[in-house]
Amino acid sequence: MISVSRATAVARKEIRQLLRDRLTFGMIIGIPLLQMTLFGYAINTDVRHLRAGVADLADTQLSRMLIADAEASQVIDVVERTHSAEELRALLRKGTIYVGVVIPRDFERRVQSGHRVAAQLMVDGSDPLVLQSARGLLDLPVPGRARRVPAAGAARTFELRAYYNPERRSEVQIIPGLIGVILTMTMVLFTAVAIVRERERGNLELLINTPVRTIELMMGKIVPYIAIGLIQVSLVLLVGSIVFRVPIRGSLVDIYLSAFAFILASLSFGLLLSTVARSQFQAAQMTIFFLLPSILLSGFMFPFDGMPRAAQIIAEVLPLTHFVRMIRGVVLRAATIEEVGSEILPLAIFFAFTLAIALVRFQKRLD
Amino acid sequence: MSDAFAIEAKGLTRRFGDLTAVDHVDLSIPHAQIYGFLGPNGCGKSTTIRMLCGLLMPSDGAATVLGLSIPREAEKLRSKIGYMTQRFSLYEDLTVEENLEFIGEVYSIARRRRHERVEELLELYRLRDRRQQFAGTMSGGQRQRLALAAATLHEPELLFLDEPTSAVDPQSRRDFWESLFALCDSGTTVLVSTHYMDEAERCHSLAILDRGALVAEGPPHKLTAEIAETVLEVQAADLRAARSALDGISAVESIAQLGSRLHALIDAELADPAETVKRTLAEAGVEARVEQVEAGLEDVFVSVTRQRGEESRS
Ligand SMILES: Nc1ncnc2c1ncn2[C@@H]1O[C@H](COP(=O)(O)OP(=O)(O)OP(=O)(O)O)[C@@H](O)[C@H]1O
Ligand SMILES: [Mg+2]
Repeated sequence: MISVSRATAVARKEIRQLLRDRLTFGMIIGIPLLQMTLFGYAINTDVRHLRAGVADLADTQLSRMLIADAEASQVIDVVERTHSAEELRALLRKGTIYVGVVIPRDFERRVQSGHRVAAQLMVDGSDPLVLQSARGLLDLPVPGRARRVPAAGAARTFELRAYYNPERRSEVQIIPGLIGVILTMTMVLFTAVAIVRERERGNLELLINTPVRTIELMMGKIVPYIAIGLIQVSLVLLVGSIVFRVPIRGSLVDIYLSAFAFILASLSFGLLLSTVARSQFQAAQMTIFFLLPSILLSGFMFPFDGMPRAAQIIAEVLPLTHFVRMIRGVVLRAATIEEVGSEILPLAIFFAFTLAIALVRFQKRLD
Repeated sequence: MSDAFAIEAKGLTRRFGDLTAVDHVDLSIPHAQIYGFLGPNGCGKSTTIRMLCGLLMPSDGAATVLGLSIPREAEKLRSKIGYMTQRFSLYEDLTVEENLEFIGEVYSIARRRRHERVEELLELYRLRDRRQQFAGTMSGGQRQRLALAAATLHEPELLFLDEPTSAVDPQSRRDFWESLFALCDSGTTVLVSTHYMDEAERCHSLAILDRGALVAEGPPHKLTAEIAETVLEVQAADLRAARSALDGISAVESIAQLGSRLHALIDAELADPAETVKRTLAEAGVEARVEQVEAGLEDVFVSVTRQRGEESRS
């Protein structure tokens, strides 16, 4: 029979130790803040002075005024002038410029017609922040055109062509995904060291000689960190919406439900590592080993569709992949938990599977 | 196997790769006794205790502890035994009181009883003033008292103590043993490992372990009485010369210096050992007083571990 009071005893002990462990406690707050500061640079939509090239094929007064206006917006600095779109593309590919402005020969006529885009922006889409900034130029008023609020059907000034990133990533896709990265890092690490630490400090020999059951021990180790995970989620959401103005479009309940499922999956994986690792150092190494593919393959950094099949298969196993899909859907596209709920099942399977292996692997024995 | 003994083991063996840490150990330990494991570092004391607790799988052999077959029924045994590990295994970042409360909780002792027990033990082991102190900041002796308190909190029938007094001064050691006798009087069986002779001598009965094997067993007085060797003490002005003279006698099994005396173990085969030794010393020109004395546990220890060493060499 499972004793709740024994599991509670373990959980209470764990919390006590946690509150006294300044380093770990600092990490709970510090990792989210540090990560957000680091990634915050990348999601700063206010990036200015992008190196740009111009192919002004019209070369009229109007076209020169448009370029001057674009420069005045401080989004771009014109560093190159070419005579064809082709040359701009080459510069873009080399990385000499981030943005190419192509003003077609029939620029004046386009402007007058009013419902054709007047010119083209070629953007290095491999960098989301560049793409985001360049978007700011799309509705730059053409000096000759009437300065009215663009009516429906009215053409924009620029047509945007994102290169190297057909997915056209949405504005603040990083912060929601970042919740997942932070949780992966902290949740897996904390539980990965949880049992190893007891082994290293010699506590385990005493603990396994008591009637406490493996499942009680595991529950006692998981529960405090669920709370900590949810605190981290709140912290990122709060800082994200205040400092980085991430719109939270979906419901908070759905956000926390998704996070809860993801936290459980991460914690049970940490417990599994804890039964494999021989030292806290090893546990930390294994966590990094897990964190890297999670960050790279989950769609957090690179679009899932652009990855080779093998990477996609690995990605489907990683909890972060499913969480990134859910959290972006809920936070940015106002999806409901029912709509993204299909991602919960893989998380539940991952949780049950890793916990089961951890339970089997953890013997109340020293050998 | 019956319940007549608290612990019964037959052929208990544990191998770690090529190393046989415990080699076919047989044990029959009666209830309500203090039973000692005496042996040098690495002789397999901790390994044997761990197997008896069900924490290590025996490679061979079987054991019954409190009527439960080990390791199959190890979980049933948990609440009946207490185990004080050789290395301090309570939480250093918890206070004395928190540690004891935690242990009480995982043994599912009801709240009121638990508080009572904690108070009793704080009193008994003179930890009352330290209840708010972190276990990690306590001295060796204080830790050991705390560890004993934790191991006995749930009033186990059987207590395993693995070198409980290794970091303790003589006075604290005496106190510690007083509390062991008190536990024993109340019916607890105690199995204690040590490499101190004076502690071994206090046990009702003891087993001497050497390189994994049980080489002698019995009450201390019986072990000293039945020693195969003769024990001689030699007093001389020039101990160094006396020693080298004794080294020449093949029947001399071991010589140890105790202050200004030499303590020698002589093979019982040698007829009239005192005379032989005196004569040899005189021939070597060493002036000495030779006297036959009663064997101590240390002599028994040297004797039995030496015999086995010779056996394994031959
Ligand atoms: N987990 C293990 N893996 C490999 N060898 C081990 C292991 N545990 C113990 N040993 C070896 O088994 C032998 C017996 O060890 P054990 O700890 O039982 O000795 P001990 O009598 O308790 O010694 P001490 O007095 O130093 O505590 C030693 O040689 C030790 O190196
Ligand atoms: Mg030992």
